[in-house]
Amino acid sequence: MAMLDIDNLHAKIEGEDGKEILKGLSLKVNPGEVHAIMGPNGSGKSTLSYILAGKEDYEVTEGSVTLDGEDLLEMEIDERAAKGVFLAFQYPIEVPGVATMTFLRSALNAQRKKRGEEEISTPDFLRLVKAKAAGLGISQDMLKRGVNVGFSGGEKKRAEILQMAILEPKIAILDETDSGLDIDALKIVSEGVNALRSPDRGMIVITHYQRLLNHIVPDFVHVMNKGRIVRSGGKELALELEANGYAEYQQDAA
Amino acid sequence: MNAEVRPMRTPAEQGLSGELKNLPASGGARIVALRAAAAKAFNDNGLPHRRVEEWKYTDLRTLVREALPISTPAQSAVVEAHARLLVDTDVRRIVVANGAVVPELSDLADLEPGLTIASLAQALAAGGDAVARLGTLEPGRYDAALALNTALARDGVAVSVAPGAKIERPIHVAHVFSGKAAASFARNLVVLGEGASLTYAESFEGPEGTAYQVNSATEFVVADDASLDVVRAQEEGAAAIHLSTLLFEVGKAVKLNAFGFTSGAAVSRTSLYARLQGADSAVSFNGALLLKDRQHADSTLFVDHQTTGCESRELFKHVLDDSSRGVFQGKIVVRQPAQKTDGRMMSRALLLGDDAEMDNKPELEIFADDVACGHGATCGAIDDDLLFYLRARGIPLKEAQSLLVQAFVGEAIETVAHDELRDALVERAEAWLKARG
Repeated sequence: MAMLDIDNLHAKIEGEDGKEILKGLSLKVNPGEVHAIMGPNGSGKSTLSYILAGKEDYEVTEGSVTLDGEDLLEMEIDERAAKGVFLAFQYPIEVPGVATMTFLRSALNAQRKKRGEEEISTPDFLRLVKAKAAGLGISQDMLKRGVNVGFSGGEKKRAEILQMAILEPKIAILDETDSGLDIDALKIVSEGVNALRSPDRGMIVITHYQRLLNHIVPDFVHVMNKGRIVRSGGKELALELEANGYAEYQQDAA
Repeated sequence: MNAEVRPMRTPAEQGLSGELKNLPASGGARIVALRAAAAKAFNDNGLPHRRVEEWKYTDLRTLVREALPISTPAQSAVVEAHARLLVDTDVRRIVVANGAVVPELSDLADLEPGLTIASLAQALAAGGDAVARLGTLEPGRYDAALALNTALARDGVAVSVAPGAKIERPIHVAHVFSGKAAASFARNLVVLGEGASLTYAESFEGPEGTAYQVNSATEFVVADDASLDVVRAQEEGAAAIHLSTLLFEVGKAVKLNAFGFTSGAAVSRTSLYARLQGADSAVSFNGALLLKDRQHADSTLFVDHQTTGCESRELFKHVLDDSSRGVFQGKIVVRQPAQKTDGRMMSRALLLGDDAEMDNKPELEIFADDVACGHGATCGAIDDDLLFYLRARGIPLKEAQSLLVQAFVGEAIETVAHDELRDALVERAEAWLKARG
């Protein structure tokens, strides 16, 4: 059994005449695997990431998602996080007045508590953050500021990776982590992600461009269009897409 | 034309008029005349009701159902047990129980050079400079709460800081109510000489189940180049009625920062009047109010720019749970000579309860032509996207809400300059959130 098993997932925007966005999506992710999902705008990539994280604006109408055999869709948002689901946001939100350190600590301790573990001690926590932040070029000043407040686009993405490094999820979903990054920032973020690759951790990397996949080399590449995965292959599929575009898949589906 | 018809006098008004027949006799001819004038004003005008514009949202005729007997002195042991607010801070504490200073609980020894503190009762008995300014700060309109206070208050605290004296250690006047339901009146006078500086804290607390009434008024006379920080914490018992009046007379190049934390009383009203008489002063009046159940809190401010180059700021943050109600009325008047005035007010409310209500009434009256003035108001629920972000990191809903509420009121609490007092207020906000569960 796969660690994350998405089977025939159908979902629509909540409400009476909500538009159906996912139309029978299936994907299995095993520990240690990195899956890239590529596809044109509006194919449902971000929706998939939100549904896995538990955003309440969508309604699952058919299909299932399990994590280690447990029904993920039945869980509260924070429960999913405690079970090891982590979504790196495409547009990390600013939280004025909540210091990054307070936020990280609240999140880590809440997850530990939910799993029946001890809270982390202050010195251990400070050591942990210091070690992880240094590698991502995140300054002490950024950690004292409100979460993402006044951060540049690149800083926000690095801060997301820092959160992931501290929370150590089982399954990480990176939603267009490369958007808005220049070459140098892309390198730092990718190195941060690669450092977190582990035989115990699965990753789903959502991106438009093959560029990111030069840095984070996936085990599998999936093409998504109109709410479904229309083709799967190895990392060479990304190169093919870069050369030919998504046109052929969009026609197929039409 | 509608003739102004005086409505029937309510039982509370009749009761209060009865109390006003026995005015205190201390303080000399000027003070005695002041009390008599205030009593007459009350007898003529009574309690305000919703057709009186400044009291539109806080109809005292309806809310004050009965006139309670005037409070009697409290036992100091009982008072000590009740005085919990800001107790862990290193401040010079003066305890006022049921409207009277309790000397045995007050730290009046070893006053810093230039600092004078007396009970108002003593100062009135002695006469002279200590009370020369009492009652001279006028709101410029009839204010029922202030009139009753002027007529009936016998005691309170009189603080004076000599010119140039910088008092580092804050003064904290802890107003505590204890005993059976009664009406308590306290009047305070704070005078800062030229270039003086002071941090003055006031707190209010009392028993949870008793329907007592507190009426407090404090006059602040702030001379040129002085610096004053005022920090208030109102955590009266849940059945209390709390009326406060704050009057400021501000000289030139003054720095004045006043902050109020409110989480107590069934009904509270704070009226603040600030007259900016000297040029180039910077004042700010801020508040954080955390209300629940059917609590009602009204903050009404009147900032009067009389001369050039002053800056005034108001930032009020309300957190309204259940069916509580917040009222913010801010009026800024810019007189014709007050060119280069920069006046701004902002009121933000977070509605946690489905039946919570916020009433905002900003008013600008500008007679000068070279000014920058503005106001803004927002009301809303906690942002769903923020909640989702916090929860997606594993923080449970209630805790995520608490973090966001703390951040929301934190912006106002952060305006308190004194570290220990600010931390103590942050803790009070946390305690409120914790009690919410």
